Amino acid sequence: MIARDRNPYLPYPVRIEEIITETGDHSLKTFKLVFLDPADEARFAFLPGQFAEISVAGKGEIPIGIASSPTEKGYLLFTVQKMGVVTSHLHSMRPGDRLGLRGPLGNWYPWERMEGRNVVIIGGGCAFSTLRSSIVYMTDPSRRPKFKRLTAVYGARCLSLLLYSDRLDEWKGEKSGIDMHVTVDAMQESEPRTPRWQCHVGFVPAVVKEKIKDPTDAIVILCGPPAMLKFTLPVLKEAGFADGQIYLSLENRMKCGIGMCGRCNVGGKLVCKDGPVFSLAELGELPRET
Amino acid sequence: MRTRYYERDAFPPAVAELRRAYRVFVPVRRGDFHAFAEWDDSVRPDFDYRKTRVPPKGLVFPQSERLLVFSTDERDPEHDILREAPKDFPPQAVVGIRPYDAMAFRVLEVNFDTPEVRDPWWLRRREATTLIGLARADEDATMFRTENYAGPFDERGLDVIVYDLGRGYLAKALGEKGEAALAAMGGDEPAADALREVEERIARAATPELPAGRLRAQPAAPELPTGRLRAQPVVPLFEAEFWDEVAAPCLNCGVCTFLCPTCWCFDIQDEVRKQEGDRIRNWDSCMFPLYTLHASGHNPRGKKTQRVRNRFMHKLKYYLDKYDRGVMCVGCGRCVEACPVNIDIREVAARLNGFGEQVERHDR
Repeated sequence: MIARDRNPYLPYPVRIEEIITETGDHSLKTFKLVFLDPADEARFAFLPGQFAEISVAGKGEIPIGIASSPTEKGYLLFTVQKMGVVTSHLHSMRPGDRLGLRGPLGNWYPWERMEGRNVVIIGGGCAFSTLRSSIVYMTDPSRRPKFKRLTAVYGARCLSLLLYSDRLDEWKGEKSGIDMHVTVDAMQESEPRTPRWQCHVGFVPAVVKEKIKDPTDAIVILCGPPAMLKFTLPVLKEAGFADGQIYLSLENRMKCGIGMCGRCNVGGKLVCKDGPVFSLAELGELPRET
Repeated sequence: MRTRYYERDAFPPAVAELRRAYRVFVPVRRGDFHAFAEWDDSVRPDFDYRKTRVPPKGLVFPQSERLLVFSTDERDPEHDILREAPKDFPPQAVVGIRPYDAMAFRVLEVNFDTPEVRDPWWLRRREATTLIGLARADEDATMFRTENYAGPFDERGLDVIVYDLGRGYLAKALGEKGEAALAAMGGDEPAADALREVEERIARAATPELPAGRLRAQPAAPELPTGRLRAQPVVPLFEAEFWDEVAAPCLNCGVCTFLCPTCWCFDIQDEVRKQEGDRIRNWDSCMFPLYTLHASGHNPRGKKTQRVRNRFMHKLKYYLDKYDRGVMCVGCGRCVEACPVNIDIREVAARLNGFGEQVERHDR
């Protein structure tokens, strides 16, 4: 959260340290950002699930989920899809260029509830970023004992669109502390890289149906495109998960990110301030307008 | 509590005294309408005005405001680092503001001064502002009362209330800011009859049952029907069938939001001239489809009905539920007056408030 006495519109100056092109189609890049003033890093204390406004001077700001974990010190990661004015400009920038960063903003996944429980992580496409943050956070040796069984299902359209390939290799390893299921909608003939580990072929809901069967003492955190959510939620309900056990991260157009400019509301709730993470039970009480 | 009396002709010169210590904003005639303008030698205040077309909201929350500045010149060691635009917040007095427009600042403040974050421009400008209100029972036919507007003598949002007694004005300070302003304005101790007359006028305005004509100069504005709104569950209201009917004539012109003293939505844009850049905040409107359009092309409120519904639900239900301080409306009637297709918040409030009643009757 931004300190109450700080001007909440004023970004922290950051430098692009590294740019990683994540996907074969170059539509997704991960930006590794370092604070110009190292003291700002402590002011930016966050939890996985939160987001920040990345500020490109002269172009504007965009709200982006934080992809790195609080356990990864000295830098922040943001995975950005090339889409509009600001993101297109970001994709043309180089290491060394300056950006601004406002945040951390919004709420986070329900960490207090997740401790001591089984955690299921379900993600699809570019929405996997805050789930990457969560998995790195939970599998960190200092934090892993706090959680019981960790299971993840992560899907993309094809192998070349999977994010964080270095981490996937690690999570698929035997000592990773997480049962990781990766799936692609279809295997392309011309895949640039064949993974060493087993990859499912099929949509996320089908893999969830096969692998996620036990709702006992479990919390599910979910982030993905609308189609994935639409078909995954019924599978979870069929398996016996209650609405209060399922948490989703929402998106909406934002400007201020601090609950003032008004546009990101769903009913009386603001996605930027009351969210972006809501339980399915909370969403059930809101008007359906996303 | 300081009270002062001014003869009719003595009031403008007393207000002029404030110009020594404040930037003074007063109602002035602009063509067929009135507007608040800074009182310099080029304008003449008109305290007999009824309502400005655009509310004085912008004196605290400007229509356009430069928030941050930056340089994009890479030779500048501070390039691409945003910093606060340097500016002053000199004391300002808004003289002649009507009680509903003053109450609007109380409606707005919950958005800009919150337990978690505070908008620094709102805070500083609000702190620098003294509201000297004009109380006169001259509500027009588009006006109405809400929890946030109790009538023409509502002093809750004001620092000084000035009663127009016809032959003169009686001013009463309502706090520290008001005491300071009234001390600067000078004036005389009011006579007992002036004080008595104020009380009579207030009593008259508060008693709408009195026979019209002899005692009542003006009929009292009606209450906005909102009594059942809090108990109404939000989802059925949202899904009510009448929204298409309410929205059908709407042209999406946005005038209702532009003229509303309690609307706060804004946009933020960057502008660069040569290599000097500004980050600017502008009023925005939930009536425009671009307001919610995602970069992906998806729009959660792409249809007119969705936008009209959001505006009324925000004002009459979401705000009420979230802050527990009434509806987000001060009854000024500007949206009723200016809407080119006669969409009327009083009718919409009645529909929301009465929602479910017909069904219940039918069931019996």
